[in-house]
Amino acid sequence: MEATYFSSDMGVMIGRSMRHIFRSIDTIIKVALMPILYMLLFVYVFGGAIQSGAGNYLNYLLPGILLMAIASGVAYTGYRLFLDVQRGIFERFHSMPIAHSAVLWGHVLTSLLSTGISLIVIVLVALVMGFRSSAGVLPWLAVIGILALFTLALTWIAAIAGLSARSIDGVSAFSYPLIFLPLISSAFVPTKTMPPVVRVFAENQPVTSIVNALRALLTNQPVGNDIWIALAWCVGIIAVALFFAMRAYRRRVLGR
Amino acid sequence: MTDSAITTKGLKKSYGKTEVLKGVDLDVRRGEIFALLGSNGAGKTTTIKILVTLSRPDCGTALVGGFDVLKSPGDVRRSISLTGQFTAVDEMLTGRENLHMIARLRHLDNPAGVAEGLLERFGLTGAAAHRAGTYSGGMKRRLDLAMSLVGMPSVIFLDEPTAGLDPEARLEVWEMVRELAKGGTTVFLTTQYLDEAEKLANRIAILHDGRIIADATLSELKKLLPPAKVEYVEKQPTLEEIFLHMTGKEAARKEAR
Repeated sequence: MEATYFSSDMGVMIGRSMRHIFRSIDTIIKVALMPILYMLLFVYVFGGAIQSGAGNYLNYLLPGILLMAIASGVAYTGYRLFLDVQRGIFERFHSMPIAHSAVLWGHVLTSLLSTGISLIVIVLVALVMGFRSSAGVLPWLAVIGILALFTLALTWIAAIAGLSARSIDGVSAFSYPLIFLPLISSAFVPTKTMPPVVRVFAENQPVTSIVNALRALLTNQPVGNDIWIALAWCVGIIAVALFFAMRAYRRRVLGR
Repeated sequence: MTDSAITTKGLKKSYGKTEVLKGVDLDVRRGEIFALLGSNGAGKTTTIKILVTLSRPDCGTALVGGFDVLKSPGDVRRSISLTGQFTAVDEMLTGRENLHMIARLRHLDNPAGVAEGLLERFGLTGAAAHRAGTYSGGMKRRLDLAMSLVGMPSVIFLDEPTAGLDPEARLEVWEMVRELAKGGTTVFLTTQYLDEAEKLANRIAILHDGRIIADATLSELKKLLPPAKVEYVEKQPTLEEIFLHMTGKEAARKEAR
């Protein structure tokens, strides 16, 4: 019975949280404008001093900027989930004859949708600034797929924070480090230039392999192992984070 | 069975090693205002959570609107609505959008019409286009109650409906609860305010330490105590009466009596 309404309930849920996004100026600034500002800063201020080994530094930089945008976008998903739990909105929805899974998945799909919109905006700005890609349709589809998987992975991490935190500060403390992961990776400068300890971390954290795979796809280079490592990271994170998020959900919302 | 809106038998629920409910038996008739009275931590919210299918009992049975909460939670959800301890309105949406959203989630035929009707009934038409986040505490609670009435559920659960409200808003909520019951809706409310139970409820159950220790009408409960003595006491106005008088709510004060 509940399944028959799944898509219409999901539509209501997504419509609701998309309204939240478009009605809060700070969300829009942080998710779309901040990465664009970073991009301007890195290209026009630091760019001249960074030896990336690539002809066009913007081409080198863009994948990292996109991942940063994803990280700051999902932080808001955690925040919205937290508020819904805190204010009893989940309880209200769950005591109604609706498809229960639509409540949580509505937030997750909104995260994918809103991240997609801000990534498109960022890529358009990058094109104006001189970003060029020689990639064909298939590599682009692969790029979109990896970005979507990475968004899903971070969304479920943010969901753990949103569903288990006891205060707003707790939510942001949990999701803030995600925004910094790209800084200690190959996203902005080659890892070769880093001191050994930092370099070992940078080369073995998920962002580096994802950035490398995206970069190779966008410049039509062979992707090698990076794409498989990137996919393994994404799928692994999704599996682990989904487990803990569902556990937090059952405990907090269903009181089991 | 047909004149019972809620029946529970031997409800038990533990969280870890803490036994919150130790066997709760209740019988709420259709159309009555039933108050579950108890201090903090007595298990009031746990009882409500089981009745609205948010939580499952460890053992015991509960029928709401004639349906078993464990066997047919979907049917239970179609017959009830919950107004939780916190005003669960979406503060980023307007009053109208909040009602519209709930009407769509209840899969009603004319969500816009239902929303307009409730806005008018709850005196929110003027504020309908403003975000709920800008409403006063009393207005938020009114919107919250209006959202609970979407789709006209036959049983309404109110978990501490007046906690944190100022005296005027409190009287407003009482008035709305009475209106609901007049229309034949069963109201199950929890409260820790004795006067609230006394003024509103047809029947009162006292939940203490996970058990129902009394379940009767107010006059029956009064008989449990030694007979009333006549004493002469100089009647001082209560602070509430002074407050309402000075803020010009004379009419509301009389209503409250």
